[in-house]
Amino acid sequence: MTTTETPGFEVDPALHRTLENARVNVELDNGDMILNLGPQHPATHGTLRLVVRLDGERVVAADPVIGYMHRGYEKLSEFRTYPQITTLINRIDWLSSFANEVPFVSGAEQLMGVEAPPRAQWIRTILTELSRIATIYLFLGEMGLQVGALTPAFWGFRDRELVLNLIEGATGGRFHPNFNRIGGLKDDLPWGWISECRATMDKILKGCDDFEDVLVGNEIFEARTRGIGIIPGELGAAYGVSGANLRASGVDWDLRRDGKPYLAYPEIDFKVWTHPDGDSFARYWVRLQETREAVRMVIQLLDGLPAGSIMAKVPRIIKVPEGEVWVEVENPLGQMGYYIVSKGATGPFRVKIRSASFSNVSILPWLLRGVYVPDVITIMGSLYFILGDIDR
Amino acid sequence: MADETPEVGAPDAPEEAAAEAETPVAEAEAPEAAVEAEPKPAEPAPEPEPELDPEIEARFARFEAGLGDGVIDHAESHGTLVVRVRPDAWKRAAEVARADLDCDYLSFIAGMDWMPAPKTPGDEGTDTSAPVQPDTMTFGVTGSKGRFQVFAHAQSTTKHWGITLKTDVDEAAPAVDSWVSVYPGADWHERECWEMYGIDFTGHPKIRPLYLPAEFEGNPLRKDFALIAREVKPWPGLVDVEPMPGDDTPEDEGAA
Repeated sequence: MTTTETPGFEVDPALHRTLENARVNVELDNGDMILNLGPQHPATHGTLRLVVRLDGERVVAADPVIGYMHRGYEKLSEFRTYPQITTLINRIDWLSSFANEVPFVSGAEQLMGVEAPPRAQWIRTILTELSRIATIYLFLGEMGLQVGALTPAFWGFRDRELVLNLIEGATGGRFHPNFNRIGGLKDDLPWGWISECRATMDKILKGCDDFEDVLVGNEIFEARTRGIGIIPGELGAAYGVSGANLRASGVDWDLRRDGKPYLAYPEIDFKVWTHPDGDSFARYWVRLQETREAVRMVIQLLDGLPAGSIMAKVPRIIKVPEGEVWVEVENPLGQMGYYIVSKGATGPFRVKIRSASFSNVSILPWLLRGVYVPDVITIMGSLYFILGDIDR
Repeated sequence: MADETPEVGAPDAPEEAAAEAETPVAEAEAPEAAVEAEPKPAEPAPEPEPELDPEIEARFARFEAGLGDGVIDHAESHGTLVVRVRPDAWKRAAEVARADLDCDYLSFIAGMDWMPAPKTPGDEGTDTSAPVQPDTMTFGVTGSKGRFQVFAHAQSTTKHWGITLKTDVDEAAPAVDSWVSVYPGADWHERECWEMYGIDFTGHPKIRPLYLPAEFEGNPLRKDFALIAREVKPWPGLVDVEPMPGDDTPEDEGAA
């Protein structure tokens, strides 16, 4: 650089340094600004308060405050019978209630040595995957909302309703089916449900294409999500981050494929999607692919649905023999597990509920350090948690 | 694992499952008899001595080689390897699980209170619809020395296996080592366990309530903390407090 090209603009170097110092000092003065996000914020499903300490526009430290919705299900479960508990655990992750019931019920079945008939297992798998689609489809739209695109959010709500209609048609409940019984299901699928399900799956696939058209490749969306909120795979695993959040960090781990075989997943063919980047965009992309994969799985399951009974023979009063069982499944939000301790009574002695969002959010203090304030919202949106799943 | 049957029923523990399957099927024939049956477990001798799954046995051997004499007992429970370790080896157990078993993923840490919930005589604080649990204190898989235990589950995302670790916690001074330096995700789990059971985690960077307000008294998940569904307890953040019955005159009839 030649200094002669800027004539008549000579600044005393000492003064210049002072000015720079002054600017830095102004920023440092703001260093202790505390910003309260929430407890009510549109980016959260429920009430999460996030206390962030800011240095200018950057987050120095973030501390999630949870517990506003703590309902004490672990304590309540000790005072309820097994069939009553499915009503409670429906409300953990309320967007995919059906998927919450399955591991608990199958844990009780394992302890009792009861096995649900194949048709019940397949219908459970179908409804679990429909819950996954309903949950993640909303995310695909809402993620647009986090960066200012309103239209995808409406699409998300509109088409999710189609899937919820299917769940309602089969179980009678839009959000809280309470459809699983120990040993099987309450009812078989209604007439015409399968063809309606196929038609809806086509619409969901088209909807995924729409999301991809509008958001992926969109300049604003990419600028706001690429390289933002990167979770290294190893660290994410040590924090217990699971599900699509971990697969977006390149960890190829899906309990449907890699866990102890459960439901009808060993019978069907599906791909586990991963993304190497670990940023907000990767989490969006992985979920987008997972929704399409779930549609393919539902269609396979509909094709191969076995005939037969939907309820195994179980005693009228459910008494679970003494024992301990750990059941884990791949829920829409990640690993969900129950550690059930039974002492031979009609209710469990202790139920440890391992919910996905709890661990997914526990990485926030690490993840938000050093990011800009607007990115806090996109990162929180891309982690996709349900507060009921954190607070239990 | 891929060639197992797809059903949910315990595929890894056919012996145990078959042994336990007898009871419910028999009860199915005579449900009335099941109702009348005592809540006592039919077979008190736990000792699930039947040989373990060879893969699980190999996994345990690998773990034991790393931890040495810190292991007290191990068992297989419905396809899960459960290992009870000595309290002073609790943190080393996490390090061994992470290093030797490739368990890079922390699933959860939780507390356990084996004491039977006390039956409070009288008419308050009891939920009559609650299932009747046995009165005697039994300690589940791999046993326990006392009332409190901490148990945790770590998994491998590459090897696709897991291990459940348990350790005894002294009732008089409940404390174990913190896992935060091994698994950073242990932070919240230990905070939850601390407030719910009153078990301290030495070495935790900053232990403080996670769910409960700071003013909350008691450890809700302890068995002697009654589940009082209908007793009114003023919420600490409440502003427009109406006088509670019995609040102004504690000697009155509302002194319950």
